[in-house]
Amino acid sequence: MSIVIAILVVTVVGLIGAGILVLAAKFMHVEEDPRIAQVQECLPGANCGACGYAGCADYAKAIVNGAPVNKCLPGGTAAAEGAASIMGVSAGETAIVNAVVGCQGANEICKKKYEYEGISSCRAAHSLFSGPYACPYGCIGFGDCVQVCQFDAIHVENGLAKVDPAKCTGCGMCKDVCPQKIIWMHNSKDKPVVLCANHDKGAMTNKQCSIGCIGCMKCEKNCPEQAIKVNNFVARIDYDKCTGCGKCVEVCPKNVIMKPADF
Amino acid sequence: MAAKLAYIFFSMILVNNYVLVKFLGICPFLGVSKKLNSAFGMSCAVIFVMTLATAVTWPMQQLLNHFDIGYLQTIVFILIIAVLVQLVEVIMKKYMPPLHQALGVYLPLITTNCAVLGVTILNIDNGYTFGESIVCALGAGVGFMLAMVMFSGVRKRLEEAKPPKCFEGLPITLVAAAFTSISFMGFGGIIENIFKIS
Repeated sequence: MSIVIAILVVTVVGLIGAGILVLAAKFMHVEEDPRIAQVQECLPGANCGACGYAGCADYAKAIVNGAPVNKCLPGGTAAAEGAASIMGVSAGETAIVNAVVGCQGANEICKKKYEYEGISSCRAAHSLFSGPYACPYGCIGFGDCVQVCQFDAIHVENGLAKVDPAKCTGCGMCKDVCPQKIIWMHNSKDKPVVLCANHDKGAMTNKQCSIGCIGCMKCEKNCPEQAIKVNNFVARIDYDKCTGCGKCVEVCPKNVIMKPADF
Repeated sequence: MAAKLAYIFFSMILVNNYVLVKFLGICPFLGVSKKLNSAFGMSCAVIFVMTLATAVTWPMQQLLNHFDIGYLQTIVFILIIAVLVQLVEVIMKKYMPPLHQALGVYLPLITTNCAVLGVTILNIDNGYTFGESIVCALGAGVGFMLAMVMFSGVRKRLEEAKPPKCFEGLPITLVAAAFTSISFMGFGGIIENIFKIS
């Protein structure tokens, strides 16, 4: 008998509570713009904050209030077009942002200075003379970036991390975790990248790695726009000036400068 | 009578502080204490919900006792608190949008806050009358606010203190929380003597 009473009492309490909530929802309904939910459907829901808002819900609200629709990096063109069709505006250009690993020192290319037998993590290996490779600036290749990538877009091949541009959304998670700070965000398909971060002098670089920037200044002298500068024995490109002509790619004796299509 | 109420109120704030002595409601204590503003907002919401929940659950317990099913306390109380919080949120959204903006994020958090459930159940366990229960809930809420506001000050210092890398973030926060908690143990026995209640 007591179990029946128990079930009855809890059921009744639950029903009363449900009834109150239903009534409250009905009588105190606040009109929300239905487009907010629709726009949010188009966004990937990663809540990464790349758009500059607190999350996807916040950005959806901002879009409905007139913010530009092309701020979502993970969603890319698809999200922008979806949101644009709901809002009745044009999608505009979405920036293509991809991660780039600024190193080409794969296993045979870069020499080892010692055999590392610790835990398999770049950050751990980095604490021991900046990793087992002879070059203290390059990719360590234990794949900390692979672990943090939410999109399966970065993989370690032959001791060197490589980004799959088709999958990369430019979220920047790998950039933050890399202890060598050699993962960069690149926002163009045509403009070349200097795939080296070695600040040692040319002779030293040559001893460590066969594809390393030796600071020969050929690219700097041949650039028609003065967009490339060798600073501290490594070339860096000023993308505000770079036109993507590809002159530096041709003259580089070590093949360190490449266009994204050739990575 | 007044002395008893004052005793309950102050002992809930200092001696039986829910966060620092009873270790209930640690989740918002660590999660929302980063900024003074949000700590204060969360505490206000907790005070409000605790008092309201006690006002509803105390009569409810009498009903359960009447049917001789007091053991269903936990389930029924969780149900009631959840309904209550949802209701408060709906009402606030309609009639007090600014307050909803300020508290809105924290209200759903409180739905499953163990401090709220704790205060309602401990009121029953201590055999308080209705008035005493309300005062106790109010005191528990104010104690929660005291802990939150104090700790948000501590955390502000922690962020500038630059602890060793391995202690950064949550670990050093927990150590600081432990110290704050120990300091509150010093209040033990004071309130009883002030109000001459044995």
